[in-house]
Amino acid sequence: MTFINYASREINCKIVYYGPGLCGKTTNLQYIYDSTAPQAKGKLISLATETDRTLFFDFMPLELGTVRGFKTRFHLYTVPGQVYYDASRKLILKGVDGVVFVADSQEERMDANIESLYNLEENLGSQGYDLNQLPYVLQLNKRDLPNVTPYEELSHELLKKGEPVFEAVATNGTGVFDTLKAVAKQVLTELRKG
Amino acid sequence: MADTPFILQEHQFQRLKTVLARLCVECAARVVFLIDRDGQPIAFHGEIGDMDTTSFSSLAAGNVAATSSMAKLIGEDAFPCVVHEGEHESIYISIIGRSLLVVVFDERSTLSLVKIRSKRGSFEVAGILDEATTDSANFRINQNSFFSEITDEDIDSLFS
Repeated sequence: MTFINYASREINCKIVYYGPGLCGKTTNLQYIYDSTAPQAKGKLISLATETDRTLFFDFMPLELGTVRGFKTRFHLYTVPGQVYYDASRKLILKGVDGVVFVADSQEERMDANIESLYNLEENLGSQGYDLNQLPYVLQLNKRDLPNVTPYEELSHELLKKGEPVFEAVATNGTGVFDTLKAVAKQVLTELRKG
Repeated sequence: MADTPFILQEHQFQRLKTVLARLCVECAARVVFLIDRDGQPIAFHGEIGDMDTTSFSSLAAGNVAATSSMAKLIGEDAFPCVVHEGEHESIYISIIGRSLLVVVFDERSTLSLVKIRSKRGSFEVAGILDEATTDSANFRINQNSFFSEITDEDIDSLFS
């Protein structure tokens, strides 16, 4: 839920990175964190297991600048991708303003992508949201790997509503900021519509 | 569609700050926060030092969300408060509708004092938040020049 504070002249929005386990959600956030000037970001909080798998969520606040005198602050979250953390995923979707679905482009992860996307729609529905009505971007990650599903086939399987699609290699930053920009722009455009 | 934005007007923010300042004194607390249940910090009063208030808010909200879900699993509707007692510093979190009142206190105060005073203060906080929620629902962003005048160029400039 967008929070607008007239006293501090701030707009705060929540963006959630969703996707199957090991698709690169945390890597997206880590790249954004590493590439952003210190004054524009807060700490990157990672609630992870001892083996660095996301246990509850990763979080980082990012200040993008000022629009009409209001500071725009985006709170970026990832969900844990592993199937059995579904209760945590539902909690993190509460109050969401925009979603990025990070798909793993490797052929053997096609089923996991489809299952996770279905899970996203279900969990959004349980919170009273409809994916078709939310700012939403699809990112096809790991495009540098040798065994990837062709772009047309993958986007055909995963595209939900004509959302923007970006090919990415989150480890080197390719497509990471394009994805963030696209979803942030949709969130602000929604705000303008009222 | 995403939820209706929650809009806090300046006079409501100042009233909340006043209540938090009084609560901070009454609880003999180090700092008192008001946080949205989605993890957005709304207001605070007290000694924050170099504490990262944004991260603190996000984690407090995650903490309450997790314990509320645990409550449901054991047949409770919710846990109205969450307490963490440390050797020197402690945290008391109470749920006020869609928001969380978080009191951070040390040996200068006691949990029972914080509980009693927080409960009293939470009624006032709830009143102001209810007013802001009603105003937010009635507020048409289209009628407000700040937002309706945002152009594509304004948005693009954020990423330049």
